[in-house]
Amino acid sequence: MGNKTALFEQHHAMGARIVPFGGWDMPLHYGSQIEEHHQVRRHVGMFDVSHMTVVDLHGQRVRDFLRHLLANDVARLKQPGKALYSCMLNPDGGVIDDLIVYYLRDDWYRMVVNAATTEKDLRWIGDHAEEYRVAVSPRRDLAMIAVQGPRARETAIPLLPEALRMQAEAIKPFSAVAGEHWFVGRTGYTGEDGFEIIMPVDQAPEFWRRLADASVAPCGLGARDTLRLEAGMNLYGSDMDEQTSPLEAGLSWTLAWDPPDREFIGRRALDEKRSDPANRRFVGLVLNGRGVLRDHQQLFLGDDLVGEITSGGYSPTLERSIALARVNPGVGEVCQVEIRGKRLDAMVVKPPFVRNGQVQITLP
Amino acid sequence: MSNIPPELRYAKSHEWIRDEGDGTATVGITDHAQEKLGDLVFVELPEPGTQFTQGVECAVVESVKAASDIYSPVGGEVVAVNEELNDAPETVNDDPFGGGWIFKIKMSDSAQLAALLDADDYAQLLASEDH
Repeated sequence: MGNKTALFEQHHAMGARIVPFGGWDMPLHYGSQIEEHHQVRRHVGMFDVSHMTVVDLHGQRVRDFLRHLLANDVARLKQPGKALYSCMLNPDGGVIDDLIVYYLRDDWYRMVVNAATTEKDLRWIGDHAEEYRVAVSPRRDLAMIAVQGPRARETAIPLLPEALRMQAEAIKPFSAVAGEHWFVGRTGYTGEDGFEIIMPVDQAPEFWRRLADASVAPCGLGARDTLRLEAGMNLYGSDMDEQTSPLEAGLSWTLAWDPPDREFIGRRALDEKRSDPANRRFVGLVLNGRGVLRDHQQLFLGDDLVGEITSGGYSPTLERSIALARVNPGVGEVCQVEIRGKRLDAMVVKPPFVRNGQVQITLP
Repeated sequence: MSNIPPELRYAKSHEWIRDEGDGTATVGITDHAQEKLGDLVFVELPEPGTQFTQGVECAVVESVKAASDIYSPVGGEVVAVNEELNDAPETVNDDPFGGGWIFKIKMSDSAQLAALLDADDYAQLLASEDH
């Protein structure tokens, strides 16, 4: 048995199929994963993401600490509430985790890290925080609900605590407002507009129920995965891990090289490989024929093995299979994927596949 | 509780089979199997005319979650396949014992069919898998 979020009873009552995920018992779907996917693309859906961990960082030198700890640069965050996506690297340049960090005050930043990596993240962060006298507080007292889709704002805002509604109306993408107990970020993992809302665990069931009463569809981890895949967003543990360089995981854009004297962990190792022509490329694939691309399927050009799928699946929006993959330099517009001993043509594209309900690639 | 029609026979690998009374039988996957798999997005049908022995992989169903092999519950020759699943694999989810049939087989030995699980046996199997 895994850990249960504050919403476990609601999931059960709503008919969720529960699966173990990152040490937690989480809903996979509530009937039809594909239907949930469409609800988010076309209307609005909600996800219990309380398994992810909110980590508060307090201290006079917390900014300096994060500029050392993270590969992206929190100095880019000028306004309180602004968010940044970053990798946390090991000294070899491998990815320990990917996370969102919010700047709230000069002595307070908030991170949201992955569920399965939480314990190792906390050890890693704690080991480095001491030197900067930064206090690291995992907030097990908080729950998190993501409300995503073109109708997310109009449905979620009226249900927020009154004191936050006006501010929530004004939140720009990739920013947040912090109330006394609640926290609302205009962020997500679906490629649609929406919020990630953090609240005290004892208030989560009531908020979830009110969202459901407002016809927000409950959505499970299955739809969350196909939505993020269509949006071309990386999944930690599949698309990158401690043995993978962000340079080969489509994450170069998150590496802040300037200013050159900022010594973030992993910088030296990555600097050497920065413009290495042997770096593999991180690409999108679309299967032209029938079948489903899956994690770890191998890619070929003629007889040569040229890459591997890092995460694949079925795209409900495109009604065909798509994937993210790492391929050798020199792979062009087409490669072959091996599925159960057969080679099928796959089109190589630049992710994302879908954003804000719109298909972003040209299909043959 | 999943639906288990009493007139069908079942394999432990969650296929159902219906004796058509003319030496042929129709094969599909059970309500329990489709529910476990989640939304189906692709069915790889066998080629008509192919001979299978009992228990071999003969088709593949792919859901949003995973690919799953279908094993032939009896030996014989495939005489028809449900082409409609090419365009509408979700029929297996919606109607697993009806429109979601996968193939028809001309049985080489109908005694194999009689030896499969009946509905009560299959219900017991599901009950034991739940624990």
